[in-house]
Amino acid sequence: MMLTLTVAEQLCGVPVLSVRDVLGVQVITRIPLAPREVAGSLNLRGRIVTAVDLRSRLGLPARDDGKGAMSVVVEVGGELYSLLADQVGEVLTLNAEERAPNPPTLDAAWCGFSLGVHRLGDQLLVLLDVERLLELSA
Amino acid sequence: MDDLLADFLTETNEGLARLDEALLQLEKEPSSRGVLSEIFRTVHTIKGTCGFLGLPRLEGVAHAAENVLGLWREGTLAVTQEGVTLILSAADRIKQIVAGLEATGQEPAGDDTPLKAALDAAALGEALPEEGDHEPILAEEEAPPADAPLAASPEGAGAGGQAPQTIRVAVEVLEDLMVLVSELVLTRNQLLQLARSESNAAFAVPLQRLSQITSDLQDGVMKTRMQPIGHAWSKLPRLVRDLSRDLGKRIELDMRGAETELDRQVLELIKDPLTHMVRNSADHGLETPEQRRAAGKGETGRILLNAFHEGGHIVLEIGDDGRGLNTDRIKAKALSQGLATETELAAMNDRDVHRFIFRAGFSTAAEVTSVSGRGVGMDVVKTNIERIGGIVDLRSREHRGTTFTIKIPLTLAIAAALIVEAGGERFAIPQAGVLELVRVGPGKGPKVEKIKEARVMRLRDQLLPLIPLKSLLRLEAEPGQSDAEGFVVVTQVGAQLFGIVVDRVFDTEEIVVKPVAPILRHITMFSGNTILGDGSVIMILDPNGIARATGLGSEAASDHAVRKEEPRGGMLARQTSLLLFRAGEGAPKAVPLSLVARLENLKAGSIERAGDSLVTQYRGNLMPLVPLHSFMSPPEAGHQAVLVFGDGDRAMGLMVDEILDVVDAALDMDAAGVRPGFLGSCVVAGRVTEILDTGFWLKQGQPDWFEPLAATGARPSLLVVEDSDFFRNLIVPAVMAAGYDVTTVPNGREALRLREAGERFDVIVSDINMPELDGLGLARAVREGGIWAEVPMIALSSRSDPRDVERGRAAGFSDYIAKFDREALLTSLQQCLHPALAR
Repeated sequence: MMLTLTVAEQLCGVPVLSVRDVLGVQVITRIPLAPREVAGSLNLRGRIVTAVDLRSRLGLPARDDGKGAMSVVVEVGGELYSLLADQVGEVLTLNAEERAPNPPTLDAAWCGFSLGVHRLGDQLLVLLDVERLLELSA
Repeated sequence: MDDLLADFLTETNEGLARLDEALLQLEKEPSSRGVLSEIFRTVHTIKGTCGFLGLPRLEGVAHAAENVLGLWREGTLAVTQEGVTLILSAADRIKQIVAGLEATGQEPAGDDTPLKAALDAAALGEALPEEGDHEPILAEEEAPPADAPLAASPEGAGAGGQAPQTIRVAVEVLEDLMVLVSELVLTRNQLLQLARSESNAAFAVPLQRLSQITSDLQDGVMKTRMQPIGHAWSKLPRLVRDLSRDLGKRIELDMRGAETELDRQVLELIKDPLTHMVRNSADHGLETPEQRRAAGKGETGRILLNAFHEGGHIVLEIGDDGRGLNTDRIKAKALSQGLATETELAAMNDRDVHRFIFRAGFSTAAEVTSVSGRGVGMDVVKTNIERIGGIVDLRSREHRGTTFTIKIPLTLAIAAALIVEAGGERFAIPQAGVLELVRVGPGKGPKVEKIKEARVMRLRDQLLPLIPLKSLLRLEAEPGQSDAEGFVVVTQVGAQLFGIVVDRVFDTEEIVVKPVAPILRHITMFSGNTILGDGSVIMILDPNGIARATGLGSEAASDHAVRKEEPRGGMLARQTSLLLFRAGEGAPKAVPLSLVARLENLKAGSIERAGDSLVTQYRGNLMPLVPLHSFMSPPEAGHQAVLVFGDGDRAMGLMVDEILDVVDAALDMDAAGVRPGFLGSCVVAGRVTEILDTGFWLKQGQPDWFEPLAATGARPSLLVVEDSDFFRNLIVPAVMAAGYDVTTVPNGREALRLREAGERFDVIVSDINMPELDGLGLARAVREGGIWAEVPMIALSSRSDPRDVERGRAAGFSDYIAKFDREALLTSLQQCLHPALAR
């Protein structure tokens, strides 16, 4: 089961079991000196959630449509992180047979984050490796 | 009852409760290794602990039972029903003895020989099924039932009558409670914030009440988790004693800040690393008496344990005054292990080289000793400490010693914080580190000034280094915001004062420090983050991290202990904690609290007469007791209040009528109406109080302690450099009473810091053996130049043979006198100040 989300037109999926919450646009406190990908932190019912901007993380241009980002809150290693995406879609059950390995031409950075590609009708869905996404170096 | 014994009983009772069950289960499934192991462990623990507590009966029975269980566990002996019965009866016997212990605090009398013999026979294996040996076992089994009613009744009473004063709660439960309370506090804060903007008064009162209760609850829950660090240290004196005997070294263990409270869980986790480090200090750090003598140090090595809170952290220092790390040897080893190249090593400073000892598998000990060379290296210590979010570091100087510093964050602390704004972002600064707030701006008042790029501010007489938060955190300046306008948060880290420049200052708020996400943990500027009353997330600034990042106070931790004792240089010497007590007629008496080692309430019966004097047995020694006035005699019955003065092995008790209070007061003494035994009187808590001349009374108890004094003078200023609290406190009242203005510092380095600060003194009195910078080093540094170059210096030392005196003079001391000779000190002071008069 995957939750689909869109980052700069690209359809991505994260395992629904690791998702704790999906939030609309949030007030995000910037964190000085933090890695570029860290957008800041936000308050989720009393817990502090670190927001990681997927666009920045995936090496995509910054959002310029003036709209805020949606938060997909995931839990990794007991910590909550919010993955900032442009849009959040639906929950899909994916057929394992439709899954293909990363094409060799895929951007090297993406290869690290992608667990594979799903053919989904006329669209391609990149399966994101949440843990790898959150391995941010200083 | 002894704390240890009480703990033991609680534990043993828990173990025994499980033991029966487990034994019965074992009978059903004799092959279950898990059950057998559990039984073995329980019995083994009982045996081990009671050996330690000196409970021979219990130990004997547990030992015999353990033998049998051990063989079962190994598989050497088959588990039989008879065997289980035997172990059960041993368990019964243990219960019986434990019940007796609980009731009386002593092991009840009784004979366990038949039971032990039966167990031993069972351990021999074949003997068990034999009829001949079986009989006594059965006979033995008859015996417990006869005892049983006896045993049962105290046990029953134990359960019903004296309910246990403590209960054990799983740490998890406390942990959950803490989390809930933290959330409650945050919610309360949000409510308060809402209420502030609402004018609906109906909520005000209940909200106030809710707020109060929340605070109390928070305190309560915090308390359940806190334990003084002394608990983790309790076994160290014994360890050090044994080590000093095994290693043939003379070691003194100095523990400071034992009352510093620490989260229980953290405490448990640091116990082992701490023990390991103390072991290391004793084994590798300290030298043998011969080596120390050869190095010109006192024979007794010193291990100092120090704990204190620092800005939301607990800092632990484990230091010794031993040989220090051998930098060259570490370099050689690092090279041979391929950890660094020659070029890299050459570029490293000593401190970085020393840090190699934290690498896995790194040990420079020439030989592996039984004490610390067990393959558990400093790397394990480091890993364990880092696992709980701590930092470990060390400082070492060859021949001076090594000090390890462990810094553990209080991840769950609730603290007051100042909310500030810089570059449009808000931050929290823990209030504990904030000394004052200064508004800076154009016009009159303090200004931010620049020396090249460095910003400073003149604060009273000091030049305060400033750190603009905006540039530190690389925040863009808001347009129109002038750099020279804003607030300076004056902060202290270690001995270093600095100012953090912010744009705006808001309220203070109670915050729950939450650790930052792992991906942000490398930013040392923040100690955590929190949620404010308005629901927004805010980063908590860490003044220590800021100081480190900007190169300020890099030796912060090392200076801290000093700062705690002397926060304002000479000011502390004026404000002294006094113990007030009553003895005989007239004014209350007082003595500087720091001079008193302990307060005791001795039972009348424990006071004995030896010749003309009174003595009592105290901690394994005879301690002389001195009545404070001649017509005071020990009580026939009841208790006698005694102030115990002690210095290492020597102790003396002063009998007083009643201990009244402890107050902080200025020791501004008036020598009017001085009589023997008192330094004079001063006004304490609104009453004229006589200040005890401790020296006089110590001499009464032990005539060889030192000589008393009575002298007066002008008010020349005196700098006393002395690391021992005891002697420092002894010198200070004496010289103050003699009319000197006294400033004290614990070592030469601190003294030089005062020189740098431009402080002037008429005379410097210095100890010789001190950590950091010793007396000789200080004298040399003073004579080298600077404002103190001409100031007379008097060395105080316990060693005063001509060679030492010569060394002292060569280093630049004007005079060299024995440590306890106050008369000589005062004479020498007089001579230094009025050389013409004296001649």
